[in-house]
Amino acid sequence: MDVLACIKRVPDTGAKIVLTDDRQGIDTSNLGFTMSPHEECAIEEAIQQVETHGGSTHVLTLGPPAADEQLRTGLAMGIDEATLLETDGGEWSPRATAGAIADAVRDAETEFDLLLFGNESADMANYQVGTRVADELGLPCVAGIKTLDVEDGRAIAKREISGGEEVYEVDLPAVITVKEGINEPRYASMRAKMRARNTEIDQRTPDRAAGNGSFEKIRLETPADDDSDAEVLGEGTDAVPQIVDVLEDGVEVL
Amino acid sequence: MILGLLEHESGVPVDTSLEALTLARDLADDGEPVEVVAFGAEGGAVADHLGEYGVDAVHHVTHDRLDSYAPDAWAESVSQLVGAVDPDAVLAPGSDRGQEVLARLGTAMDLPMAANCVDVEENGAYEVTRHRWGGSLIEKARLDAPTKLLSVAAHELPAEAAEEATDPAVETFEPALEEEHLEVRVDRVEESDEEGVPLGEARVVVGGGRGVGGPENYDQLEELADLLGGTVGASRAAVNEGWRPHDDQIGLTGAKISPDIYIACGISGAVQHMVGCKGSENILAINTDPEAAIMQKGDYAVVGDLHEVVPELNDAIRERQ
Repeated sequence: MDVLACIKRVPDTGAKIVLTDDRQGIDTSNLGFTMSPHEECAIEEAIQQVETHGGSTHVLTLGPPAADEQLRTGLAMGIDEATLLETDGGEWSPRATAGAIADAVRDAETEFDLLLFGNESADMANYQVGTRVADELGLPCVAGIKTLDVEDGRAIAKREISGGEEVYEVDLPAVITVKEGINEPRYASMRAKMRARNTEIDQRTPDRAAGNGSFEKIRLETPADDDSDAEVLGEGTDAVPQIVDVLEDGVEVL
Repeated sequence: MILGLLEHESGVPVDTSLEALTLARDLADDGEPVEVVAFGAEGGAVADHLGEYGVDAVHHVTHDRLDSYAPDAWAESVSQLVGAVDPDAVLAPGSDRGQEVLARLGTAMDLPMAANCVDVEENGAYEVTRHRWGGSLIEKARLDAPTKLLSVAAHELPAEAAEEATDPAVETFEPALEEEHLEVRVDRVEESDEEGVPLGEARVVVGGGRGVGGPENYDQLEELADLLGGTVGASRAAVNEGWRPHDDQIGLTGAKISPDIYIACGISGAVQHMVGCKGSENILAINTDPEAAIMQKGDYAVVGDLHEVVPELNDAIRERQ
C-alpha cells in the first residue's frame, strides 16, 4: 500500500500571537515552526499503515523553501520520500492549494492508495483542502477520523460523535482527514534526524489556479485583551476558604 | 434570502445551528427571509422550534437513500436546493458536520468558503470577520461569490430569539442523488462504553497540566471533579507525557469546553489551550507561577502548589456536604 501524508508548516505560537506591522501576517521573528498537530498524526498513521500492510510512505507540503524542515521531520520519523511544492511563502487559498496537490498526485510516479490530511490546519482552519483534493481526483473523502483500519482494499474509518463513534467504509484509493488522537506520533531518533538532513527532497513549482468567486484577506487583528485582572484569592492552602466561597456563591456549583 | 443548514436531534435544533441563525438574521435584517434546510425523518419537526428564531421556511430534504448521514449527499442536496431557491448565502454551524457539509458544498459548486465567521457586514460583497487559530487571531476578509458560503464559529454568538416570531412553513425537497453521492456514509454507529459526563457538556471541568507532575497525581483532581459533579480534562502537554488519554485533551486540537467553572491546575495557559477553554463562564487557575498566562487570563487565581491546595480543597468541600 502506498500512502501519502500532506502537511502544513505553521508557526509554533506560545502564549500570545504578535502581528507584523502591516497586519498581514504573524510576526515569526521570535518563533519556531512546526506542523499542524493533526498532520503530525497523518504522518504517524502513514508509517503505521505501511508497517502493517507493506508499501511506501510519502510526505508532501506546499509552502516556502523553509518548509523542508517539516518534511525532514517526517523523513526522520520514518517516511520514505518527500515532495515540496515550493511557493514564495504567501497564503494560498484552499482551492489553489488543493489544485496544486491534486496536480502533484496525478504527476507522481506512485499511485497512492491512501491520501492522508489533517482535518483542518492549526492556523487557518479552513476544513477544505482534503475534500477539494478528493473531488479533483474523483476519490471518496472521509473526514475527521480518529480510528483507521485497512482490510481487503477498504478503509474502515471511525469518527467520534457524542456518546460513540460513526463508522464509515470506503474502497481505496481514498482521502482520509485525521484528527489528533488517532495515534501517538513517534519521536525521531537523533540518528534518523541526521540521516533525514541529507535525504533529497523532490522540489516542484506548483501552478496557482483560481476558481469562481473570491475570498481575500484584508487584515489580521488580535482579539481584544481581557484587561480585567484575575481576582487573586490568596496563596497556597490559605486560599481554600475563598475557593469554596467562589464555588458556593460565585458559581453555585456547590 | 439567507439559507441556514440546521442540525437537530429528534427534531430539536442543536445550539450551534441556532447560533448560526443569529448571524443569518443579522445578515437579513432588511426584511429578507431566513430559511433553513434540515435532513432526517424528523427534519420537518424543527419548524415547531424555529418560529421564535424568525425562520420563514423549513426545507425538509427527503430521499429514501438518506437514512444515515452522508456528507456528499447532504452537500449535493443543498447544492440542488440552492439552484432552486437561489439564496444570497448559505450559513452552516461550526460543528463537525456543518464544516464538512459546507466544505463539500464549496467543492461541488466551486465556490470559496469562509470558515468560523463571527460577524458579517454587507456592502456588495461580504466583509467577514472570522477566527483563525481557534479564535486567538481574527481575520477580516472580503468574500465575493454568486452564493456566499459561511460557517459560524461555534459557541461565539448567542442563540438569540428574533424580535418578531414567525410561523415557518415546511416544504419538502427531494434531491436527485446518484450512487457516487452515497459512497461516503455512516455505515453504523458504535456506542461508547465510557461513563460520566463528556467534557464538552460538563458544568464543572477540572483540568491538569504539566504541573500535575505525573499520572498518579490526577487522583486528587478526579476527586475534586467527583465532589463537584464534574469531569477531568488535561492540557496537550499532559497528554503528550502520556499521563492522560487524548480524549481528555482541552484545546485547539482537543475538546472545546463551556462549563460554569473551569478549574485549571498546573496549566500555563498557552494560546492553543486557551482556545479550548475560553467558552468557560469562569476560570479559576491554581499555579505556582503568578506570571503564568492563565493567571492573567482567568477570573480567579490562586498562587500555590496544586498538590497542597487541591487535597485541602477536597477536604473543605467534603466537610460542607
